Amino acid sequence: MRNIFLFIRRFSTAIFFVALQALALWFLITYNKFYRAKGLGVANEVTGWFNSRYNTAEDFFKMREENRKVHKLNDSLMNLLSVNFIRNDTASRLTTDSIPFDTLGHYRRYRWRNAQVTYGTVNAEKNYIQINKGSKDGIYDDMGVFSSDGSLVGTVINVSPNFSQVMSLLHVQNKTSVLVKKTRSSGAVSWNGKDPQFLILSNIPKSDSIVKGDTIVTGNYILSIPPGMMVGTVAEIVPDNSTNFYVLKIRTAANFADLQQVFVVENLQYPEQESLLKATQKKVDDPKRTNR
Amino acid sequence: MSDLLRNTIRLLIFILLQVYVLNKIPALHQFIVPIIYYLFILWLPFSISRTTLLVMGFITGIILDFFMMTPGLHAATCVLVAYLRPFVINILAPKDAAGFSYREPSPKAMGWTPYLVYTFVLTLAHHGYLVFLEWLSFGSFFHFIIKVIATTGISMLLIIITELLFPRKLKFRTNTA
Repeated sequence: MRNIFLFIRRFSTAIFFVALQALALWFLITYNKFYRAKGLGVANEVTGWFNSRYNTAEDFFKMREENRKVHKLNDSLMNLLSVNFIRNDTASRLTTDSIPFDTLGHYRRYRWRNAQVTYGTVNAEKNYIQINKGSKDGIYDDMGVFSSDGSLVGTVINVSPNFSQVMSLLHVQNKTSVLVKKTRSSGAVSWNGKDPQFLILSNIPKSDSIVKGDTIVTGNYILSIPPGMMVGTVAEIVPDNSTNFYVLKIRTAANFADLQQVFVVENLQYPEQESLLKATQKKVDDPKRTNR
Repeated sequence: MSDLLRNTIRLLIFILLQVYVLNKIPALHQFIVPIIYYLFILWLPFSISRTTLLVMGFITGIILDFFMMTPGLHAATCVLVAYLRPFVINILAPKDAAGFSYREPSPKAMGWTPYLVYTFVLTLAHHGYLVFLEWLSFGSFFHFIIKVIATTGISMLLIIITELLFPRKLKFRTNTA
């Protein structure tokens, strides 16, 4: 008996080594068998905490790329929105060889393209945004520009082969027709050049019941911008007793200060509509008193 | 700074470095896996008892295992390294003096050549055993040999770089310690 104890004492380290080895190997072997070794659940809490910290740091570096991917996906989804299509009367239509519409008779009216903002300001009175798509990518004047969450940013006013200049809503000369979503009454939104968070909406009659937080969407009668897209929410109702119209302060839905990814919307029927409009004016109006 | 605190911080740094830097960098090649965390065991003080050393090895390995979801793999390997360490140190210890005059193994304490031999032997043992355990589940013998050599090479490179970049300020071993 004494010899056994002496043996154990003499080789205690070796025995301990073998025991730890056995324990580790037991972990290794049973892991595959039982899918999870005991204690791994608790350890997961700790390693999970470290992993989430690491992810936060990693996100900082990968966010831009992720953003781009999500935006691309959004782009493809935006193209599927029903607002982009119009339904024609299928009973009477000309037959053509190509098929610009799907089998249900839906014509694609708006096409969304994605673009990145290369330059933009918010602190001037006339703010422009430059995007990295130009006439080479099929951009032309008057196309609508939306932020990545689908709220209105502005309209294209000038194009070069690779870039386009966008007049943002924060431009004192900008006037965009909008709707109050709840009451469907239309007005025009403009900017007073002061606070880049707020736009001014006028021409909403006082007979409408407007409260703070009402949604303002793009109007129906702009050729280049799909109707019903978000513009902003009512932030303040400015009392104006002299007229019969509200003056509303609109908080913009798009954050103009950190635009990165935008959509450019093309109305596929824009050339036809535009030329029809011009032809009508030419036909009806005396050149001396054109309305436009 | 006490040994306990110093080594706890060191362990944390080595594990995080291994898990979040070396395991995250794009794979150079399937055979070349940079591993350096076991340098923690190699850096433990000379005076540590062999049993404690084994426990430290086990803890180091099991912590890494929890991060890499391979319970037991690195623990077994680190225990082996911890077990072999005193033998290697005894072989390399100068015969005339009572041992090393510094507290921890380092190029300064042992001299570059003995230190590199010390790290090389233990690195080889570590990777040999690690790849061997992996090899039991998959891979060919050729795969095993090449991977041990390649991994040992990259680990030695990392260790040398670490020693050159972070020369530790070492205290003399005192009787009071």
